Amino acid sequence: MSAWNVSDWGKCMKIRQEVKRKIVQIAAFGFSNSYLCNFAGGQLYKGRWKQFCNPGMNCYSCPAARLSCPIGAMQAVSGSMNFSVSFYVTGFVLAVGVLFGRAVCGFVCPFGLIQELLYKIPFPKKKLWKGFIYVKYILLAFFVLLLPVIHTNELGMGAPAFCEYICPVGTLEGGLPLLATHPELRKVVGALFSIKACILALTLVGCLAICRFFCKVMCPLGAIYGILNKISLYHMEVDKERCISCGQCHAECPMDVDPVKTPDSAECIRCGKCTACCPKEALALKFRFMDFR
Amino acid sequence: MDWNKGSGWKRQAARGLVFLAAAGMMAWGVYRGEMTVMLGKAVNVCLECIGLG
Repeated sequence: MSAWNVSDWGKCMKIRQEVKRKIVQIAAFGFSNSYLCNFAGGQLYKGRWKQFCNPGMNCYSCPAARLSCPIGAMQAVSGSMNFSVSFYVTGFVLAVGVLFGRAVCGFVCPFGLIQELLYKIPFPKKKLWKGFIYVKYILLAFFVLLLPVIHTNELGMGAPAFCEYICPVGTLEGGLPLLATHPELRKVVGALFSIKACILALTLVGCLAICRFFCKVMCPLGAIYGILNKISLYHMEVDKERCISCGQCHAECPMDVDPVKTPDSAECIRCGKCTACCPKEALALKFRFMDFR
Repeated sequence: MDWNKGSGWKRQAARGLVFLAAAGMMAWGVYRGEMTVMLGKAVNVCLECIGLG
């Protein structure tokens, strides 16, 4: 039997964990975007699945999309004539968040997978300035929750402000494919779409340089799940007796979290890279059912 | 064994409350027909949603 040292074991664990996560991410991406043939004609899927929300960010104007984007749906309902709050979508996001927290971002978000693949492209890698992580909360409060309700037209309908002015996911998955296949839409391209294209370009460059740039800085859905990370059923536990404070977990974290100090950080996407690299197995991701301590 | 300490019961209570509220909100939303509004928006090309209109 070959002599395996701790380092080999650590590498093997890390690869196994990452392969499992990638399989889940690809399966979730495939399920969320199963109508790839629609790209050719530029038509949208119109079936009943669109009544349900995708747990992650995936534009419902993407021709391949099977499910509705919760952020888009939240604004669509709260900006409609009949309703000012979307209980259905808010309830869905809260329920998913309280069960899984930001594990959704790490495992099933289609745009999360796209960002991780972009980050693999050789490009000068940078660290994000910490202050930028709060931008997503401002975007959530102002563009997703407030503007669709307060900025309405004469019919009482509000615009989906985050989708309309900011969302690079919608520009990439919905705007560009639809413009490519609908010549009539190209005639209405104006300054607004040019601004959105610039935001998309900046986001893509950001994703090349910073791992999950959109998740860290801009994602309003990640902001909600991040807040719920503190109480979510799926969580991280740290055995401080085993921890030798080697700092490997912090160095490995793609979201720049120190899991020993803040295991329930709003930034942690529960990807499991820290648990896989810990030489003392002091970190564990698990469901908590009863924790009366 | 020193798992990360915290007021577990408070977290448990908060989780239960949020989950119950979420379930209630979903049921209320479905009952008052929000899914139809959402479906109507999601199955048609929405120019506003993609930054064209």
